[in-house]
Amino acid sequence: MLAFIFRRILQSIVVMLGVALVSFSLFTYVGDPITNLVGIQSSDEQRAQLRESLGLDDPVLVQFARFVGRAARLEFGISYQQKRKVVDIIAERLPATLELSMLSALLALTLGVPMGIYTALHRDSWFSHLLLSLSLIGVSLPTFLIGITLIYIFAVQLNMLPSFGRGEVVHLGFWSTGLLTASGLKATIMPAITLALFQMTLIMRLVRAEMLEVLRTDYIKFARARGLTNRSIRFGHALKNTLVPVITITGLQLGSIMAFAIITETVFQWPGLGLMFIQAINEVDIPVMSAYLLLIACFFVIINLIVDLLYFAVDPRLRVGREAAAGRSPT
Amino acid sequence: MRRVLSFVGLMAMAMVVATAAPATAKTFRFAFQGDVASMDPYALAENFSSAFENNMYEPLVRYNSKMELEPALATSWELVNPTTWRFHLRKGVKFHDGSAFNADDVVFSLKRAQSDGSDMGSYVGGIVEARKIDDYTVDLVTEEPNPIIANTIALWYMMDKEWAEAHGAVEPVDLGKDRENYATLHANGTGPFKLKSREPGVRTVLEINNDWWDKGNQTFNVTEVVFTPIASDATRTAALLSGELDLMYPAPVQDVKRINASGIATVLQGPELRTIFLGMDQERDELLYSSVKGKNPLKDKRVRQAFYQAIDINAIKTKVMRGASTPTGLLIAPGINGFDPALNGRLPYDPEKSKTLLAEAGYPNGFDIQLDCPNDRYVNDEQICEAVAAMLARVGVNVNLLAQTKSKFFQKLKKHDVSFYLLGWIPDDQDAGSVISNLMVPPQDGGLAWNGGSYGNPRITALSRKIGSEIDAKKRQSMISESFKIMKDDVGYIPLHQQALSWGVRKGVTVAQRSDNALNYWYITIK
Repeated sequence: MLAFIFRRILQSIVVMLGVALVSFSLFTYVGDPITNLVGIQSSDEQRAQLRESLGLDDPVLVQFARFVGRAARLEFGISYQQKRKVVDIIAERLPATLELSMLSALLALTLGVPMGIYTALHRDSWFSHLLLSLSLIGVSLPTFLIGITLIYIFAVQLNMLPSFGRGEVVHLGFWSTGLLTASGLKATIMPAITLALFQMTLIMRLVRAEMLEVLRTDYIKFARARGLTNRSIRFGHALKNTLVPVITITGLQLGSIMAFAIITETVFQWPGLGLMFIQAINEVDIPVMSAYLLLIACFFVIINLIVDLLYFAVDPRLRVGREAAAGRSPT
Repeated sequence: MRRVLSFVGLMAMAMVVATAAPATAKTFRFAFQGDVASMDPYALAENFSSAFENNMYEPLVRYNSKMELEPALATSWELVNPTTWRFHLRKGVKFHDGSAFNADDVVFSLKRAQSDGSDMGSYVGGIVEARKIDDYTVDLVTEEPNPIIANTIALWYMMDKEWAEAHGAVEPVDLGKDRENYATLHANGTGPFKLKSREPGVRTVLEINNDWWDKGNQTFNVTEVVFTPIASDATRTAALLSGELDLMYPAPVQDVKRINASGIATVLQGPELRTIFLGMDQERDELLYSSVKGKNPLKDKRVRQAFYQAIDINAIKTKVMRGASTPTGLLIAPGINGFDPALNGRLPYDPEKSKTLLAEAGYPNGFDIQLDCPNDRYVNDEQICEAVAAMLARVGVNVNLLAQTKSKFFQKLKKHDVSFYLLGWIPDDQDAGSVISNLMVPPQDGGLAWNGGSYGNPRITALSRKIGSEIDAKKRQSMISESFKIMKDDVGYIPLHQQALSWGVRKGVTVAQRSDNALNYWYITIK
């Protein structure tokens, strides 16, 4: 187990270095930040001076080494556009995205899993068919369309929910939460639903497919033959085995939600990392862009690690297999 | 018992006070497509940021709602000798933190505006020194005689020396040294509003400055301003229609009808001072991006004129801009100092003439050329280019359109890596002189890299130098007019139109729309 963790951490470091290389090469290949740093009538001399002072004329390897060293110390420099420390900007925006992602993942899970179980157990009921058809909508409609439709209905027509922003937030230490105020809660509803819709459908269909397959296996047949109650079979045995791929997918999806809440954040002007990233791209604010890439890579790597460890906890077959294998002595 | 009574009495009073105060407190909520770059007025010379900061900071001379110059922190100014202007400062003006405004602050502000990290180069670049004569008199000494100094410094705001020194904001941030500065998130000006809170990218809140020196002369009832950037056009429009905003801009042209029909808000439209035009490479002997080898068709005036007359600007106005544009014949708009209405006519739309001219020039079957365009900078920029491409195709010129995000486009343009391009321009100093010297003089003779086609004419270059230092207004105007006439005869550029400002304003809110798209809160009344 320990060896496994150690190996995974080593792999993660290699992945991070790869991402760092991509992140660093942004500085060389994407747009010309100088144009966005100064106004339209600055002289060419001023621009050349700025180039030099930013170190944009040093050899590539030197710049990369400098970059990795500083990233390791969480020094991502100063945003070209906002002229503030990138670390501060990310720290400000992180709570918004994390809250939104967690909430929508929670929503997707709490609705998706029961729906999946129901449609697996009652395959031919009309309600199952209804759920499956509606879920197609969740998958095929683009996020921005769902978002704008919700805004149109609930903000413009009904005036019930705010059309943009996060509402009033309460600052607890370095974290800012919108869940403690009425306006904050109202503001979270539509973005969370928009983000959750796709995940929910995915989870529902996945749970359904897995459960159907598990219910056909031999050990479930034996459990039924033995006379165990339906409830015990379904939720005690089948569900646990069903959850393994669901956990994997959900874990990866969580990473996706965090990384790609960009569209939802843009539609709802949600002040999170996604919106920050899009603004950085438009302004060619390279320090912010590269810091974001590294951050997201880090998230994915950590989430994957946790997901792999959860396998051990959830799937009894894996646990037994490894113990048995470890128990067999070479002699 | 007495304690209870006095407590109840206190609560009653508090309730009366609480209900009384909001009756006069008006919050103005508005949104723009982007955010203010920084609270530091010298950080970036960008249109929107400059206008926003003008509500907290003030210049010596300011523009009013009709874009006329009027005294602000200076009450009068006169020429002492050709390179020295004497400014008399307004007495009794205080910064938001209470300290007095005087000549020391002007001297400090100049030093700060000219230091590394400041983007005020185009406003104060020509000023050599700010000499303090006494507490309320300052001399601005310029390198060369500057007849329009008041225009040049109208966007250079005064900062407080004592405040900057006390908070380590003496220099605007120097990116090379990774230092932040206090003024990025805090403000201390002399203007009608104080900075209450600033969350970059999220929300900025201003509150009224009751000690503003000009409060008595202006009619407005706004006491608090809440600004949120909303990047998505659709969301911004929805926020206006749901009543969450009092004003938002720019209102996307395709939503203007819907907003006007909503009964909740209307769209205020007017011509902006920015002119959109097409430029052509007239320097190279062979174009970089065309099918003609061995020669440059754009060096031939007949070809340039053919391009001009193939464009139906009225069709662009009605179909592409949906009426929200004013066709123009010059590179400057009415309202820019130096505009000459006699020269604002355009060559007529005449595709037959275009074909004839092209044939005369030796291209009876036309040729291929690439058009470079930004797609996120000007109103419907990409669509304008598509329309131009379609119109040129009708006369035989096949246009390959390359539309991309502004940062990449500007990079390409400044390297002159273009053959045919679209650009928009509004002179920082609201004066035609800078347009001539920047865009109508080739870079090697002093023009800016923004003159993407290196257009020039020796006579214009000679005039440009004189325009820069001619004090007599009449002589200056005739030189400006002559330069533009030459440019028109040369067909050096193809002007298109002034784009329109479009502000979505909630019913019951009165604002003044300045033609440089600046929103000043001291002209706003909310019913």
